[in-house]
Amino acid sequence: MFGPIFTKPLTSKNNKTGSWRTTQKPKFLQKNCIACKMCVLICPEGCIEGEQKNTYHCDYDYCKGCGLCVEVCPKQDIIMVEESQNL
Amino acid sequence: MREFLEGSQAIARAVALCRAGVVAAYPITPQTHIPEGLSEMVANKEISAQIVNVESEHSAASVVLGAAATGVRAYTATSSQGLLLMSEVLFNIAGLRLPVVLTCANRAVSAPINIWNDQQDSISLRDSGWIQLYAENIQEAVDLHIIAYRVAEEKNVMLPAMVCVDGYTLTHGWEAVNLPEQQAVDKFLPPYNPLYKLDINNPLTLGFLADSDYYMETRFAIQKSHQEALKALLEIFQEFNKYFSRDYQNGLIETYRTQDAEKVIVAMGSVCGTIKDAVDVLRKKGKKVGLLKIITFRPFPAEEIYGALKKVSKVAVLDKALSLGGQAPLYSEIRSVFFGKKSAPKFIRSFVAGLGGRDITLDSIINIFNKLSLKETKEEFLDLKPELLQEKL
Repeated sequence: MFGPIFTKPLTSKNNKTGSWRTTQKPKFLQKNCIACKMCVLICPEGCIEGEQKNTYHCDYDYCKGCGLCVEVCPKQDIIMVEESQNL
Repeated sequence: MREFLEGSQAIARAVALCRAGVVAAYPITPQTHIPEGLSEMVANKEISAQIVNVESEHSAASVVLGAAATGVRAYTATSSQGLLLMSEVLFNIAGLRLPVVLTCANRAVSAPINIWNDQQDSISLRDSGWIQLYAENIQEAVDLHIIAYRVAEEKNVMLPAMVCVDGYTLTHGWEAVNLPEQQAVDKFLPPYNPLYKLDINNPLTLGFLADSDYYMETRFAIQKSHQEALKALLEIFQEFNKYFSRDYQNGLIETYRTQDAEKVIVAMGSVCGTIKDAVDVLRKKGKKVGLLKIITFRPFPAEEIYGALKKVSKVAVLDKALSLGGQAPLYSEIRSVFFGKKSAPKFIRSFVAGLGGRDITLDSIINIFNKLSLKETKEEFLDLKPELLQEKL
């Protein structure tokens, strides 16, 4: 019996690092967004996407809940909420 | 062929017979003669292994890890502080499921510095995931290396194996040894054919980060594979006994005159030879005594030990190592075999002996058997010198 001991190339996306999140996650309010892309640029996981105003969102499979997007948002349009909250 | 050999030379020859492809080791007493012997064979072009000179045991273990990961049969040997320096890498080798074989020339651990024999070094690594086999004599040391590679490379085992040989007693002692023929070893131990390996034509990553979603399964798998190793060893020893005309009984444990025994000592390694002599002496006087030798310590053969001791009334466990602050390691495991069992010895007692190379004599062993007649004994440190324990600083 082995368990996961090796990985093949181009499979890193299978590793859902979102499991590192502990108590809180970001919530994208999509109300006052000006599409400045600051959240996309600062996200260390590269897991935030969006084009038009109020379309930005993150992929919770990979978001580690660091909260940098919340800090950087000039419009306070992203907030941290409890992990248990349904979005 | 029967040859008169020093233990280390014999082990080097056994490793050569196993056709190890990469050897990396750093010299440390009393292991030094083993890699020396292999280097000599390579220099004389008797074998084609690649020797990698390294700057420490940590590097030696890292080199054999890398070599094994590319699909080569790899070998290293060490002792005491060297084994402890390797320890970080040893956990990795087991975690990556690489069938490296390592000889541990058992030696005491510092401080105070001491180059003589006990088994504290390998016992300290018992939780690393390595299979551990303990040799009683040089013949066994030779045979156990061949068995170690065979079981380590079994497809459902894939775990590294440590052959533990008592420093000096076995590494520097001389004995007439039956070295198997190359052809026979080749047949018993076919070329290593790994399930997976580092290969640029079929790239993969070994040793990636496994977070809480993945890690636990890898450890569970090692635990399960140790149970598989137990079954595999039973079969391999049977095959070995037949093929090379040896008698290792079931290979996990060896019983010596225990059938009607009332008192039995449980021990591992070269001291079992002395215990067998003591048993013979006492048997001549009509005493019903015997020995239970543990050959395979990891995986731990609990069922076989239960079978061998359940009808024995008085058991002594002789440890040549400690778990400081707790019970002696072999003793606590032997005791736990009997918890909640209906048939069990009347008592099991702990005896610690031979630390740092203190001689365990025939008299020491007879003394243990005698002490088993007493109503009570504390945890005994055999042949202790109380005059050295006075607090004069």
